[in-house]
Amino acid sequence: MARITLSNLAHSYYPNPSAEEDYALKEMNHVWEDGKAYALLGSSGCGKTTLLNIISGLLKPSQGRVLFGDTDVTTQPTAERNIAQVFQFPVVYDTMTVRQNLAFPLKNRGSDAAYIARRVSEIAEMIGLEASLNRKARGLTADAKQKISLGRGMVREDVNAILFDEPLTVIDPHMKWELRTQLKSLHRQFGHTMIYVTHDQTEALTFADEVVVMYDGRVVQMGTPEELFETPEHTFVGYFIGSPGMNVIPARIEGDKAYVNGSHIQLGRGYGKLDGKVEIGIRPEFTTLSNSGGLPVNVRRVEDVGRHKIVRADFFGNDINIVAPEGVQITSDMNRVVFNPGKVNVYENDWRVNGEAA
Amino acid sequence: MEKTTNHKAWFLVLPVLFLVAFSAVIPLMTVVNYSIQDTFGNNKFFWAGLEWFSETLASERIHDALGRQILFSAIILAIEVPLGIFIALNMPKKGIWASVCLILMALPLLIPFNVVGTIWQIFGRVDIGLLGHTLEKIGIDYNYTSDAVDAWITVVVMDVWHWTSLVALLSYAGLQSIPEAYYQAAKIDQASRWSVFRFIELPKMQGVLLIAILLRFMDSFMIYTEPFVVTGGGPGNSTTFLSIDLVKMAIGQFDLGPAAAFSIIYFLVILLVSWVFYTVMTNLDKRERV
Repeated sequence: MARITLSNLAHSYYPNPSAEEDYALKEMNHVWEDGKAYALLGSSGCGKTTLLNIISGLLKPSQGRVLFGDTDVTTQPTAERNIAQVFQFPVVYDTMTVRQNLAFPLKNRGSDAAYIARRVSEIAEMIGLEASLNRKARGLTADAKQKISLGRGMVREDVNAILFDEPLTVIDPHMKWELRTQLKSLHRQFGHTMIYVTHDQTEALTFADEVVVMYDGRVVQMGTPEELFETPEHTFVGYFIGSPGMNVIPARIEGDKAYVNGSHIQLGRGYGKLDGKVEIGIRPEFTTLSNSGGLPVNVRRVEDVGRHKIVRADFFGNDINIVAPEGVQITSDMNRVVFNPGKVNVYENDWRVNGEAA
Repeated sequence: MEKTTNHKAWFLVLPVLFLVAFSAVIPLMTVVNYSIQDTFGNNKFFWAGLEWFSETLASERIHDALGRQILFSAIILAIEVPLGIFIALNMPKKGIWASVCLILMALPLLIPFNVVGTIWQIFGRVDIGLLGHTLEKIGIDYNYTSDAVDAWITVVVMDVWHWTSLVALLSYAGLQSIPEAYYQAAKIDQASRWSVFRFIELPKMQGVLLIAILLRFMDSFMIYTEPFVVTGGGPGNSTTFLSIDLVKMAIGQFDLGPAAAFSIIYFLVILLVSWVFYTVMTNLDKRERV
């Protein structure tokens, strides 16, 4: 087990990258602490898998270094890194039995037979495949095959890290929950560094101590679920985390006031002069629909999602979502929106600006 | 819906019936017809029963040819299958060199059989052939026209040269269908090169290899043109394989009856061996699935 350091790391799939767009992974410096569970969250094609494959050594980065602890492993082949990785789609060795599949990584390391037998039965119990240990892997369902892949990823106790690349895509929803819980308890039990790639925010938020959000080849924010929710560092984080995502509204900022279409919104902090694209971001959870105060909105639709209602409205030509708590009656005279001043974030060219206390 | 009955529709099948009759049924039945009769010319035939069959089955000449044939097929399969797999494993997987390799590999397959024979016939000649002459110059006694072992080596090498590509191309196609994730998982699992071959590549190639082995077996068991052009079955009878012997018997000696019985037995042997191959290999596959 080791801390993983990425220094000046960048990767391009082109042989001679020139412009920044050529890079699938923009230059980054990051430290993944030993023993923590991370979720790598982002939309498809943002570089999550690229980053994972660089850590496991399946891909050689165009530039920069990868360190496990204090050892530079950038040029080390995958097999020497002693790392586990589970892929999105099941990979099993068809001609082997389930037992042989699970034992395979241990056998390759030359572990002794008694230890292998003990580990295999532990893992089989965890993934619920004890009954089919002696069956050939090729006849099993995609579900079971993926469980074997997961099992093979976890069978070695001494790996530096376990990487999961959207491993539950092919698993049944109810099983998904169970396996994720098991992964989590496994993490508590053994304390492996785990990196879990997903584009499902629920999966990320329930699994990880810390969530890393990637956007367009960059890590835009690394933080606890609360931090991502309260202070998204990038408009993408605001939009991607939360359901519905953060409202992002173009605005003009003067001191501690934001102007949208001539009307002002009070902000919690004061800001200096901002250039480029200036927007304010506010979570639907921190806005209130009311019949007085605030600014005018045009309510278009109300959706009841159970625990609360989502009000879809038009705010000076911008789409805005407002969360109304359960039990609140929405009447036709409620056509104003109130923002919680402390929860309004200001973005300059998509990045959050940290204002000064007013 | 009511089913309409119109027996005139049978006429539509006539063209196919004619085609199949003239291309398969009639020639085959002619052979069967010859195999149970005897003739002394003038197109007069006499009933011979199963005499030709029992004679063929007891014939030492045919036993020898069969022995040589089995040995030949065994040798070329033992060389071409592993060699073909080895070549396929080492061919580039993509890019310009993959295409170059594919074209080069396909070339021998495109050359007509008798041309392959002629190429090797000249290539191996001691007086003017590049191979034969070079071997003689460096002091190796090589002469396929007088030495049985040399003749065998020439014929086997020629077949390997001509047909290994087929095994290689089929194996290559099998390898190309393996998703990259399998190789990645093997690296993660710290598998050795041998394990990757044994547990990933070989199982995934199983289907195409079955076809390659069947094709190569049937083809080599029926081989005629190439050894005939190179050695003519000699020296002596040392490279006289079944089909060469059959042609000698049927056209050289004009023994139509025995030749017909011989060819029917020949056909049944190929059918039987192919069936055994196929059944054994598909059963292996089935047992593994359980």
